[in-house]
Amino acid sequence: MIATPPQSADGAEQTDFKAENVTAYYAGRPACRDITLTFPPNSVTALIGPSGCGKSTFLRCLNRLHEEIPNATVDGVVSLNGTNIYDKGFEPIVARRNIGMILQKPSPFPTMAIWENAVAGLRFSGRSVGHKEQREVAERVLREANLWEEVKDVLDRPGVSLSGGQQQRLCVARAIAVRPRILLMDEPASALDPISTSRLEDLVVELSKEMTIIIVTHNLQQAARVAKNTAFMLSGEERVGELIEVGTTDQIFTRPNDKRTEDYITGRFG
Amino acid sequence: MSVEVQTGAQPLDASPSGRVIVDRALVARLKLSDVSFRIALTVAPLIYVALIVALFLMLAKGSSEAFAKFGLSFTWNSVWNPVTGQFGGLPFIYGTIVSSFLALLLAAPVGIYAAAYLAEFAPPLLSKTLGFMIELLAAVPSVVYGLWGLFVLAPIIRNYFGPAVQSVLGFLPIFQGPIYGIGMLTAAIILSIMILPTVTAISRDLIQAVPAAQREGSLALGATRWETVQNVLLPYVKTGIFGALVLALGRALGETIAATMVIGNRPHISASLFAPGYTLASVIANEFTEATSSIYTSALIELGFLLFIVSLIVNGVARLMLWTIMRQR
Amino acid sequence: MAEVTASRSVKVRHMMSTLGTAGTAFCAGLASGLLLLLLVYVTIQGIGALNPSFFFDVPKPVGVPGGGVGNGILGSTIMIGIAGLLSAPIGIGCGIYLANFGRGPAAAGVRYLSDVLAGIPSIAIGLFAYTLFVQPFGHFSAFSASVALGILMLPLIVRTTEEAFRAVPSEIREGSLALGLTTFSTTMRVLLPAARPLLATGLILAIARVSGETAPLLFTAFGSQFWETNPFAPMAELSLQVFTYAISPYAEWHRIAWGGALVLIVVVFLLNVAARVVIKPVAKSR
Repeated sequence: MIATPPQSADGAEQTDFKAENVTAYYAGRPACRDITLTFPPNSVTALIGPSGCGKSTFLRCLNRLHEEIPNATVDGVVSLNGTNIYDKGFEPIVARRNIGMILQKPSPFPTMAIWENAVAGLRFSGRSVGHKEQREVAERVLREANLWEEVKDVLDRPGVSLSGGQQQRLCVARAIAVRPRILLMDEPASALDPISTSRLEDLVVELSKEMTIIIVTHNLQQAARVAKNTAFMLSGEERVGELIEVGTTDQIFTRPNDKRTEDYITGRFG
Repeated sequence: MSVEVQTGAQPLDASPSGRVIVDRALVARLKLSDVSFRIALTVAPLIYVALIVALFLMLAKGSSEAFAKFGLSFTWNSVWNPVTGQFGGLPFIYGTIVSSFLALLLAAPVGIYAAAYLAEFAPPLLSKTLGFMIELLAAVPSVVYGLWGLFVLAPIIRNYFGPAVQSVLGFLPIFQGPIYGIGMLTAAIILSIMILPTVTAISRDLIQAVPAAQREGSLALGATRWETVQNVLLPYVKTGIFGALVLALGRALGETIAATMVIGNRPHISASLFAPGYTLASVIANEFTEATSSIYTSALIELGFLLFIVSLIVNGVARLMLWTIMRQR
Repeated sequence: MAEVTASRSVKVRHMMSTLGTAGTAFCAGLASGLLLLLLVYVTIQGIGALNPSFFFDVPKPVGVPGGGVGNGILGSTIMIGIAGLLSAPIGIGCGIYLANFGRGPAAAGVRYLSDVLAGIPSIAIGLFAYTLFVQPFGHFSAFSASVALGILMLPLIVRTTEEAFRAVPSEIREGSLALGLTTFSTTMRVLLPAARPLLATGLILAIARVSGETAPLLFTAFGSQFWETNPFAPMAELSLQVFTYAISPYAEWHRIAWGGALVLIVVVFLLNVAARVVIKPVAKSR
C-alpha cells in the first residue's frame, strides 16, 4: 500500500485523489469491481493489465465520463480533496474541469485551428474570454505541452494538419488549459511512433511535477519509464476487473507480492 | 471542509489553496442550458410525429363525406360518374395493382441480376460507375419519364412492339384489343424503369454484405462464381430482396405523373394490357382541380386516403423486414 | 470428392455459368444504358428549345412567338426555398435528437415512422397540404405547395443529419465532454461544425429530391401564367409547366416541354453529383 505522501517542501499544491470501492456497470453488468486506490499527488501512477481487464472503464469513472454511455452506472466513491465527485448535486462538468483526460486516439477538434483547439475548453465554458486572453493562454499551454516551437508559425492551421504525436500534445495542451489538478491518460501513446512516444513520455514526466497523472498503459516498459507507482488489474472468469496489487513501480516490477502480477510482468500471459 | 462555494466571476478551475471551488451560478446556468437544450430538441421529433398523425387525420376527415355516402362498397363499385354523382373506386384499385405488380415483374429480375453483376462480377471502378448511373435513374423527375413515355415509348408500342406481340400471342386475352400506344403495358414499363434503382441498390448492398465465408465455401466446393450467386448468395439474401421488392412496389403504387401521362386515363377494367386504364394517383391528379362538388372532392380524397393506407402498410412491412435483416448483421 | 451437381458435365455447367454471368452483365448494362438513353434523348429534343426567351419569358398562347418558362423557374426556386426553410429546422432538430439522445424504443419509433413516411406517395401529401392550406383559405398558394414539398424533404434531412452526426468520430465527443463542456456546447460548438459537410450534402439531396416533384403541386400551387413572387398566391413551377405543356395538343408546347425537361434533368443531376462526389470526400478527409 502506498503511504500518504507528505506535503512537498517547495509548496507545490498537493491534491488528494482517491477511489474507494469503485464498481462500474454496463447496463447492470459490472466491468470492474471494488477498486480502491489512492493516487499520490504530483506523480505518475500507471495502471497496467491485460486488454479487457477494465482499466479504461475504471479510468472513465474517475472523471465521470463512464456515465455518458447509455445505461452505464458507477458505484463507489471518488474523492477529490475530500469531496466525493459522485455526490448528489455535484455536477459532472465540475469534476471534468478538475480532472482532465487524454484519449487513446489523438483527436483535436477537426474544424478548429491549432490555437483554437488549445483554448477550446476556455471558449465554450459559458464564460466569455477576450480574444487577446485566449491567444495568451494558447501560447502558454502550447509551451507547457512542448509544442510551441513547432507550431508557433502555423497557429491558424487546422489542428488535424499536425502529425499524430503533435496532435496528441495538442490534446494535452487543450486539456491543461483549463487547469486540472489531475490528468487521466488512456493509452495515450499507443497510436504513436516511438519518437513521438518518447516525447510524450518526457512531457508526462515534466507535467507530473505539478499534477497528479494516472496513465493506463499496456506497455510495461512505458510504465517503468514514467510511473512512480503502478497498479495491476486483472479480470477473472466473470470478466470483471479487479485490483490485484499496487505499489511503487520498482517493487511491482522486481518483487511483486502476487503471483498473478509476477506472471503478467514476466509475460506469461496478457 | 473541502468544497468552498462562491458565486460571482470565479472560475470552475483549480485554486492554489487546493480546494475545489464551485461557481454555483455558472454551473447552474450551464445545467439550465443543457436542460433547455434537451427540451428544445425533443420538440422537433414531436412536431414530426404530430405531422404524420395529422396527415392521417386530415385525409380521413376529407374522405368522410364520400365514406358516409358509399361506405365500403366504394372499394368494389366500378362506376365512376361525376355527372350522376356515382363514385366507385374499383377501376383505380385494379389499375394501380395491375400496373404496379406488372412493373415489379419486369423490374425484379433485371434489378436483382444487375445487382449481382455489380456486387460480384464487375471490377470495382465499373461497379461504382454503373451503380451511380443506376442510382441517378431514381433522381430523374417523374414528368421527364412521362414525357419520354408519351412521345417515345408509346409510339414504339403502337407501331412496332404491340403489333408484333399481337401477331404472335394475340390469342391471349391480355394481348387483345386495339393498341393505342398508351395503356397499361406502357405504364408498367415506365414504372418498372422508375423502380429499378430501388431494387438494384438494396439488392447490391445485401449481396455485398453476405459473409465471405459463404462465398469461399461455395467456391471451395468447386462451384463457379455464377453458381455461387445463383445457389448460395441469392438464396441467402432472399428475405432482404423480398423486402426490397415490397419497397419498390410501394414506389410504383404511389407514382403519379409518369403514370398519368401514359396510362390512358380511362376508368374501365380491361383484361388487355394494351387497353388504357387508370390508377388511384392518376385520377386524383387529373380530376382534382375539376371536381365541382364536395362529394366529388371527397371521393377523390377518399381514393387518396386509400392510397395512403395501402402504401403505409406496404412500406411499413417492407421497412420492418429490411430493418430486421439489418439488425441481424 | 463430393459432387455439387450430379450427372452434369463440366462443359455444360461452364456454359451455363458464362451465360448466367453474361446475363447479369446485360441486366446491369440495360439498367445503366437506360439512363444514357434518357439523357441523350432529352438533350437532343430539348436543346433546341433553350433560348433567352425560354428562360426569361412567361408562357404565351399558341401561335404567339417567344414564350418560355421563366416564371416557372422563378416559382420553383421560391417554392423550394420556402420548403427548405420550413423543413430544415425540424429535420435537423430531429436528426440531432436521434443522433445524440436517440436510444430506446421512442427514438426507434421515430426513425421507423420517418422511413415509412419516405415512401408515402407525394400526391397524398399534396392532398394533406390542400386540406390544411387551400381549402380553409379558398385559394391556391405557393406556400401550400412548399408545405407539401417540405414534408417530402423531411425524411431525407432527418436521416442524413443523424448519419452526419454519427459519422463524427466518438473520440471528438468524448474529448469535448472530458474537457468539462456541456452537452449543449459539445453538440452545437464541436459536433455540429464537424458534421456540417455531411449536413449540407443532406440538404442538397433533399432539394434534388423535390426539384422534380409535380404531383402535389397540381392542387396546391396550381400554376400561373404570370410572374409571381407572392407566396400566398398561385405560382408557376417548372415541372408543372412541363407537365401541362406535354399533355397539350400543340407541337410548339411540346418543344418547350422537352426544354423544360432538359433543364430539370441538368439541375437534378448537378445537385446529385455535387452532393455525392464533391462534398463527401471533403468530409471523409477530416
